[in-house]
Amino acid sequence: MTLAETIQDITRNHLENNNGLLFGQCVTAVGWIGGTVPDCKNIVEIPMTDVAGPGFAVGAALMNRRPIFVVRYQGFMWYNCSSLVNYAAKSKQVWGVPVPVFIRSIGMEGNGIGHTASSCLHSIFMHPPGLPVAVPMTPNEYREVWNYFLEHDDPIYVSEHRKSFTNSEEFEDEVYEDADITIIALSMGRMNALEAKKILNEKGIKANLFHQLWLKPFKPKKDMLKALNQTKLGLVVDSDFEITGASRSIAYELMHQTDASVHALGLEDRVCGVASHLENITPSPEKIATIVVELVSNVKRGHHSKV
Amino acid sequence: MRSATLGHIPNLPEKFGEEFALELFKRANFNRHFEYKVKEAAEKKLFTIPIYLSIGTEFNAAVFSMMLQGYKIFGQHRCHSIYLSFGGKPEALRDELLGLETGCSRGMSGSNAIQAPEANMFGHSGLMGEQVPIACGAAFASREPCLTICGDASVEEDYIYPSLGWAATEKLPMIFVCEDNDLSILTKVSVRRNWSPANVAASMGIPAVDIADDPWVIAYHLETMKENLPGFLNIRSVRHLWHAGTGVDDVPEWDRYQLTTAAMEKLGLKSKMSVIEDENKERAHAIWADCLED
Ligand SMILES: Cc1ncc(C[n+]2csc(CCOP(=O)(O)OP(=O)(O)O)c2C)c(N)n1
Ligand SMILES: [Mg+2]
Repeated sequence: MTLAETIQDITRNHLENNNGLLFGQCVTAVGWIGGTVPDCKNIVEIPMTDVAGPGFAVGAALMNRRPIFVVRYQGFMWYNCSSLVNYAAKSKQVWGVPVPVFIRSIGMEGNGIGHTASSCLHSIFMHPPGLPVAVPMTPNEYREVWNYFLEHDDPIYVSEHRKSFTNSEEFEDEVYEDADITIIALSMGRMNALEAKKILNEKGIKANLFHQLWLKPFKPKKDMLKALNQTKLGLVVDSDFEITGASRSIAYELMHQTDASVHALGLEDRVCGVASHLENITPSPEKIATIVVELVSNVKRGHHSKV
Repeated sequence: MRSATLGHIPNLPEKFGEEFALELFKRANFNRHFEYKVKEAAEKKLFTIPIYLSIGTEFNAAVFSMMLQGYKIFGQHRCHSIYLSFGGKPEALRDELLGLETGCSRGMSGSNAIQAPEANMFGHSGLMGEQVPIACGAAFASREPCLTICGDASVEEDYIYPSLGWAATEKLPMIFVCEDNDLSILTKVSVRRNWSPANVAASMGIPAVDIADDPWVIAYHLETMKENLPGFLNIRSVRHLWHAGTGVDDVPEWDRYQLTTAAMEKLGLKSKMSVIEDENKERAHAIWADCLED
């Protein structure tokens, strides 16, 4: 079963059997959002309003309908975020009134989709209190996030990525006694890090690879800390911008919890263009490999250790 | 256009009758006496948080609460009278202003973000206008009637027009109120726009009126609108005190409290009103006595 089919399955059950609601724009057309939306009741086609639309979902959450709110491109979150961060995320702490909205925020990149529709924006949603953030890339991870949503009463920001919709694999962390570096990968950074490892293997560099599902709360696995303490060098790879982004935030946390020097690699601080040579997307396997080679050789030369 | 008699309909106080007028008075008069106590407490610096007093619009809240029983309420920052009229606990509002754990939001909301679960009133986050789509979502998801109140300024927010459109399309059980005091803090409507919110609502197929804050005229329209929701009322109102705080900007354009009580007296209710007022004063006094006398 692919990730898209898993999302569709979970959604159908919620809408058919749990009295749930799904809000979105043009969801029942053009591929039904990558095949993630079932043809069933309780789908609400809202008008094209990215300012008021999230408020509709917030109101429905206040009425215990546990709505799924779909935003086709994460770039549109600049528009959609106000009631989600300002009401849904705050309400429980201000009024003791939970607002459980499942925010499906879908990342996309490449193929010339340009600066507004491309990239992920999960980092900005780690900022306000009251909003857990997850980045599921596999069917089981998605189920875990969904179950978390049902078992808690918080809203939740789910940073999806179109490129993972066809994925049906689960990923294991990869840890070696004699690794040179520990990579912690997020979003599509995970797929690209897997490819990067192949390039690194050929160059004789061994990299641990950890797949990170939850950005907030961020609770590093014990094995991750242990691995970092062993390699003394880490790299967090992400599909969102690097500056003040999830990659740097997690690198900071990990540096405080380990003896490792942890670096961050996300999108560059420049606008993504349409032409392929102007794109600014998830660091490619080649780019990840190049950075890792540089970091590892710097350490070997005695540079860049943790101060 | 803007006047105390906009949309006037003759003989409504008589049509609604004595009982209605007395209940209306009871609620509005308590709102006023409670707000006087809040003002006194603020002036004595029992709290220094921003407060948004509803003196001047007490009758709006009172008449909504009489006509829209059982509605879920989504107001905005100036909502003490709404809270009290719909049955929010006055002690919990007092404690909220004092920043106490026993406040209606445990001290998290202050004056402008109050909630009253006991009265189906939801908190407002402080983002002007945001309450309107949230109310629409609640009405859609529950199919139960909701009242949402914004101001002449927040009605300009991007949240509003798509909400009206969605409510019209989905036939949502909604009453939209724009409490139009002609001010966004201190900026008048004429400086900000040349369009009328009631016309916008009407253009979307929502029955809409633009009227003064005469509580009987409001009641008259609510009675009709309730039968065919959604509905929209732009209510020309006057705030007597500062946007936030207890000071006075200017002589009020009109004094709805005085106009309404005079009309009630014409119905021969003066002595009954006086008894009610004494009870309300005493009630407000008792609620605030401990902290004000300390
Ligand atoms: C989204 C947003 N923009 C601006 C403000 C700042 N602000 C607070 S109250 C206010 C004026 C509100 O006027 P109106 O809606 O007419 O209500 P009134 O205060 O007159 O009752 C403004 C501009 C805010 N709180 N939220
Ligand atoms: Mg105003």
